[in-house]
Amino acid sequence: MSRRALPICAPTMTAPALPADSLTGSVPRPSAVWISGLRKVYGEGDAAVHALRGVDLDIPHGDYVAVMGASGSGKSTLMNIVGCLDVPSSGQYRLDGIDIADLDERQLSLVRNRKIGFVFQSFNLLARTSAFENVELPLVYGGVRGPERRRRALAALHLVGLGDRIGHHPSQLSGGQQQRVAVARALVTAPSLVLADEPTGNLDTRSSYEVMALFDQLNAAGRTIVLITHEEDIAAHAKRAIRLIDGLIVEDTRLAPADGLPPRLADAYHGYGSGA
Amino acid sequence: MRMREVFRFALRGLRANKLRSGLTTLGILIGVGAVILLIAVGQGSGAAVQARISSLGSNLLTVTRQAGGFGRAAATRTGTQSRTANLTVADAQLLASSDQDPDVSVVAPVASTSATATYAGATTTVNQVVGTYPAFLPISNDQIATGSSFTAQDVNQHAKVVVVGQTVVANLFGTIDPLGKTIQLGGVPYTVVGTLAAKGGASTFADPDNIAIAPLSTVQDSLTGFGSLSEIAVQAKDSGSSNAAQAEITSLLTESHHVTAATQDFTVTNQASLLSTAASTTQTFTVLLAAVAAISLLVGGIGVTNIMLVTVTERTREIGIRKALGAPRGAILGQFLIEAVLLSVVGGALGVVAGVIGSRFDVDGIKPVLVPESILLAFGVSAVIGLVFGSLPANRAAKLHPIEALRHE
Repeated sequence: MSRRALPICAPTMTAPALPADSLTGSVPRPSAVWISGLRKVYGEGDAAVHALRGVDLDIPHGDYVAVMGASGSGKSTLMNIVGCLDVPSSGQYRLDGIDIADLDERQLSLVRNRKIGFVFQSFNLLARTSAFENVELPLVYGGVRGPERRRRALAALHLVGLGDRIGHHPSQLSGGQQQRVAVARALVTAPSLVLADEPTGNLDTRSSYEVMALFDQLNAAGRTIVLITHEEDIAAHAKRAIRLIDGLIVEDTRLAPADGLPPRLADAYHGYGSGA
Repeated sequence: MRMREVFRFALRGLRANKLRSGLTTLGILIGVGAVILLIAVGQGSGAAVQARISSLGSNLLTVTRQAGGFGRAAATRTGTQSRTANLTVADAQLLASSDQDPDVSVVAPVASTSATATYAGATTTVNQVVGTYPAFLPISNDQIATGSSFTAQDVNQHAKVVVVGQTVVANLFGTIDPLGKTIQLGGVPYTVVGTLAAKGGASTFADPDNIAIAPLSTVQDSLTGFGSLSEIAVQAKDSGSSNAAQAEITSLLTESHHVTAATQDFTVTNQASLLSTAASTTQTFTVLLAAVAAISLLVGGIGVTNIMLVTVTERTREIGIRKALGAPRGAILGQFLIEAVLLSVVGGALGVVAGVIGSRFDVDGIKPVLVPESILLAFGVSAVIGLVFGSLPANRAAKLHPIEALRHE
């Protein structure tokens, strides 16, 4: 696979709009995430731990999925595999139609760079590095250069409302601001999928609200989002809630249609209409 | 992914820990600086020895007494000690007058010692007080700067006159004109009739200007006594004939001393062999110094590995983040490798500067002589050290599993 095989389209920076794939031609776009019979076993023999015991999952583009479950239920393992940080023991996983099992390490890093944006519970920003440079980082590894890179990184920071904090280092930002930088970093490459692992786990209520509002907006703009959470009220932002217990999906509830607005935005839609 | 970006990350990594980077650099700096400086010192001392030897006189051969044996050999020879110990004026005359040594041009017997010289309250130790014939001056390459040499007549008359070197002039007289002044040499008054031109050269290996030359008879009278001569200085006809002259002198003296090659009681040293011996000695010296310096460079290299290993461990999480954001293995490898190479190359460059500056100063009286190759070598080695010693930690970083790296606290 060449570097150019995974083209990056410019990120959609406009406020609420129709999902991008509703305008594409007659060929149906493959699901953002398609998983079948996914198993993951750590260790061997008696010490083997079955983290995932056969998960089937189909997430179309534009969907907004909350994965819930107690610790040890396998949700982090699922997230790692979906994020191409780990490989399954068996089963199939296609990201945007690409079979991950066919990829070598170099291609996997390319997929992580082009197709996936990560948001972590502990922000995971590079210390002693400005917000701008943190956001720029995936573009650097993606080979985006010069003014184009600068433009996109700035646009992403403006989108998360931190256009006036680009030179600040993580230590100079509040938790909520750091997480918004992380969100900007996750979406700067216009990935097919934004993966958020308990993004509000380290945040106070107000910051949590800000970050979730950001995810709602991103999803409304067509971005596919998978987020892991413990909290019911966070999960209520999603269009679909999945519950994992002991490595199996035991509940899959559709809260709103995949191609509509996320529930919280749909409720407040009239407030948005004219303002932006 | 451009090289420049990776380079930028590496620079940032180094800047994040300035003190640590600085100290690691210092290790390489010292190593490279030591290599350059010590090789320069080795070369400098070699050059000094050679300059000293050639300043003695170009076609000079010296006949000295055989260094006395020790232990059993010396004991068995006790009975003939008086004969084996002596090198006499008669020997010198034989060499001068014989027609069997066509390659010998000038001969001068030498009795030398060291003595304390005083003049008007100033005192200095003259390392070489040489009693000889006027012919010694051209043989030993000594030029008269002011005044004149003593004469053959002075030798016959036991005249208390002396020609002094520039160091003696400086130590005793300062700015006073020494000509015609009377100095005490070993308690005996001598009149200064001339001064020698400065020879300069190595100060560590005895200052060639710390010398006083007087008639042989006078020096024997007052300082050395009438025992054996210290040496007989001989000038060969030209520089090409010194080996032939050496053979002729050996054969003449072997015959007149009634000895064989095995029991020979004198040594004929010739300048050419002295030069080559000195050259090989200083070569060994230089290699030894360079080896010591190379070890310090190696230690510096291990310092780089050590620090880079610590850095990689400390920044495991950062590596995890970078990998999650899609950094290929090569980018991580490159970043840490460049960090290591930068440490060692910057250290190497500073070491070159330090070595070059250091070699402008005299080290223990030796003027170091920079060897350009040693600069290239030391700098090249420092760059290679960065690559070699940085590859282990960089590889470790590149191989980290993103999930485990992200979990690292």
